[in-house]
Amino acid sequence: MTVRTIGGICLLSLLLLLAPLRALAEGEQEVYSQAAELLMSRGFDEKGQAIQLLADNNHPQTQLILTLLMDSRLYYNKEDDRLYQIDDYDSGKPAISITTGDRLVIEKKRDFKKITLNNQLRSQVRQIQAELGLKASDLSRRLAAVRAMLGSMDSDTLSLVRKAYAGEQSAAVREVMQVAIAIGELPRADEARARDAIDTLGGSLEPDARNALSQFASATDSKALKAAAEKALAEIEQRTNLYGGIETLYFGLSLGSVLVLAGIGLAITFGVMGVINMAHGELIMLGAYTTYVIQQLMPNHIGLSLIVAIPCAFLVSALVGIAIERGVIRFLYGRPLETLLATFGISLVLQQAVRTIFSPLNRSVETPEWMSGLIEINPVLSLTTSRLYIILFCLMVFFALLLVLKRTSLGLQVRAVSQNRAMARAMGVRSEWVDALTFGLGSGVAGVAGVALSQLTNVGPNLGQAYIIDSFMVVVFGGVGNLWGTLVAGLSLGVANKVLEPWAGAVLAKILVLVFIILFIQKRPRGLFPQRGRAAEG
Amino acid sequence: MFLWRIMKDDRGGQILLVLLAAAIVLVPILNGLPSDSALHLPTYTVTLIGKYLTLALLAVAVDLVWGYLGILTLGHGAFFALGGYAMGMYLMRQIGDRGVYGNPELPDFMVFLNWQELPWFWQGFDQFWFAAIMVMLAPGILAFVFGALAFRSRVSGVYLSIITQALTFALMLAFYRNEMGFGGNNGLTDFKDLLGFNLQSDSTRIGLFIASALALAFSYLLCRYLMQSRLGRVCVAVRDAESRARFMGYRVENVKLWVFTISAMIAGVAGALYVPQVGIINPNEFSPLNSIEVVVWVAVGGRATLYGAVVGALVINYAKSYFTAELPDIWLFALGGLFVLVTLLLPRGITGLLRPKEAV
Repeated sequence: MTVRTIGGICLLSLLLLLAPLRALAEGEQEVYSQAAELLMSRGFDEKGQAIQLLADNNHPQTQLILTLLMDSRLYYNKEDDRLYQIDDYDSGKPAISITTGDRLVIEKKRDFKKITLNNQLRSQVRQIQAELGLKASDLSRRLAAVRAMLGSMDSDTLSLVRKAYAGEQSAAVREVMQVAIAIGELPRADEARARDAIDTLGGSLEPDARNALSQFASATDSKALKAAAEKALAEIEQRTNLYGGIETLYFGLSLGSVLVLAGIGLAITFGVMGVINMAHGELIMLGAYTTYVIQQLMPNHIGLSLIVAIPCAFLVSALVGIAIERGVIRFLYGRPLETLLATFGISLVLQQAVRTIFSPLNRSVETPEWMSGLIEINPVLSLTTSRLYIILFCLMVFFALLLVLKRTSLGLQVRAVSQNRAMARAMGVRSEWVDALTFGLGSGVAGVAGVALSQLTNVGPNLGQAYIIDSFMVVVFGGVGNLWGTLVAGLSLGVANKVLEPWAGAVLAKILVLVFIILFIQKRPRGLFPQRGRAAEG
Repeated sequence: MFLWRIMKDDRGGQILLVLLAAAIVLVPILNGLPSDSALHLPTYTVTLIGKYLTLALLAVAVDLVWGYLGILTLGHGAFFALGGYAMGMYLMRQIGDRGVYGNPELPDFMVFLNWQELPWFWQGFDQFWFAAIMVMLAPGILAFVFGALAFRSRVSGVYLSIITQALTFALMLAFYRNEMGFGGNNGLTDFKDLLGFNLQSDSTRIGLFIASALALAFSYLLCRYLMQSRLGRVCVAVRDAESRARFMGYRVENVKLWVFTISAMIAGVAGALYVPQVGIINPNEFSPLNSIEVVVWVAVGGRATLYGAVVGALVINYAKSYFTAELPDIWLFALGGLFVLVTLLLPRGITGLLRPKEAV
């Protein structure tokens, strides 16, 4: 064979393939106009035929038409006898053509007439929708279709699911289908089949499976089956509780991460340097406002602006921190109570400054898309992405800080000065310079925490005040001068808060945690992980 | 004479007591003058001064523990508010069936929350003597328990400051809850009368002013007496060298505990006199900011002088009233700046400028 003949055959077969496709497109047109005509007729029987016609021929617009029908949003124009989608049936509002997608404005309301359904037709539509859903090529749509059917399983849907089950490839969809079949079979099956169904349902976490089981348990006559169903229910209960526990833990860890982020800068200024910085909360607030400003500067790149905000917030807060240290705190070393008062004054000034510049109203910072969303693990457990990012961010900041303190020469000097200032000076460390940089570092980290907080709460002048007491609690609870202690303390306080919340309420949980810390400090004044040895004496 | 013995070395205190006595005599007279007279003192001003005097009383209580004992308390507002709530509960019960809902037994907010009967901790507050005892007892017990825990385990310095702040913060959150039975975030208000006297009438307001002035004078004398006694000397010793005082055999924690408790009771009295004059008590009084502000009054006036606390409280509160009315934006700048300047430049406060340098 020559190349030419091969080419000829290919072309021929291509034509042969295309021919029915074209025919199908023409057929579609015909089906659609036939169905549209039937839909526009008065009788419900004709409408039923139209729906069936659309479904049988698998017309591409079936899905849309059925949804609109169910929502009573499908209208037809008496003038041109065409179908339109109308979301808001009023003159001056748009009508969208189903076939062409053209928009036109409703001039007179009576030009358009709604296509109505009766209950019988509704159930027919529902059935077809389910069927179409099961046949959909998209996996998530199939899954959603089966899920939607779980609550209303009867013999019709049961046979539907059974048919689809045989041809289903995806394991995830098959699993849900099994549950659906079990729900459908349970009330009608003999004893052996019912046992299997109970087993299947007992292994599922779908709320509908649980409902079906409990209905069955109260309706059945057989004692053995009743006991089996109850046992399966108890198992479901147990596993739901377990996943509930995991969710609480997750919430707790994310709250704890926020506490750690807020407290870790303080762990440096208070823990390492021994400076009580009541303006710490306001440094967090400055970080949050920096995020806001950056986002205003680049409104089209929300995600990017957040990344840019991190170093900017660090710089802003660090510079303000260094200014505070050079301007006020250095005159007050060794007088902790006076430092407390002076820095509190600074916090008031910063708050008022922000209020004057940005107005006292709260500003909201937008959350980028990649941070919002859910990770669904199973029907009873889904984790919010933003919380996950907060936890990861907190750990990143923590380890970065640990690295700076343990592995850099600045860290070495900071630790030297905090342990023995005179000795460090004698070794040639410029202690004043180290003081300023350490304070800048702690303040900068507070600014970074502000970036994270801007994603969680509104940014306002009082943002800092809300976190200052928590921050101190975390640092004192963890043990002053110990970064690991701060991490453990923050996370455990967060978890404790969330564990207490369900039975005590959010406010009472917080009070209980505060009281616990107050009592804890009485017992162990130096926190969970006190410094030992010489460092503790200073 | 007893009074002379206490006061003979206290120049500032003598002036203060004389001024207070003069005010008690003069204010009713000036208020009684016809309203077109140049010297007429409006009742509004009388109440305002009365309010300042109760705040000055709170400042004296803080000076007692911070100035003489070295405990920087950031939670004295809690004791003040507790005293205020005890008085508020009495005033609430006095409303009787004149409330919006007209329930003779239950205050309005309880009717609103659908409560059927008075909670146990509201029992007895229809009697003035009971309320008067609780005004001192409630803060006293809280301070005693808190102090016993804190001082025995030798929590001191900054840690103590932070947990006092946590204490008042926790109480604020608690009182904001409706379930606590103290009116939630609206607090207690809409009072009608006190011991049968209408709270809105001029004579009652003058009476409250006189009561405030007397309470300040007596508390001042009490504190001065305490600090002149052996106990006071031990206090100063504890403040300046806690370990040394302990090694000499003094039970430091007991000294701290008793003085702290007495101070809390004085703060409670101040709160109780404050509430009928401003006509409301709500959980905001517990906010940590309020407590820290009191410390600044003392710092500005001059620590460890007692009369300095009074001066500081009066000056700053007058400034606050002026600024928040005339230049509301400036007030926080001014207050914040004051914190910084006083700690950096005026460690002995305003009265320190007038006093010769001495070993306190």
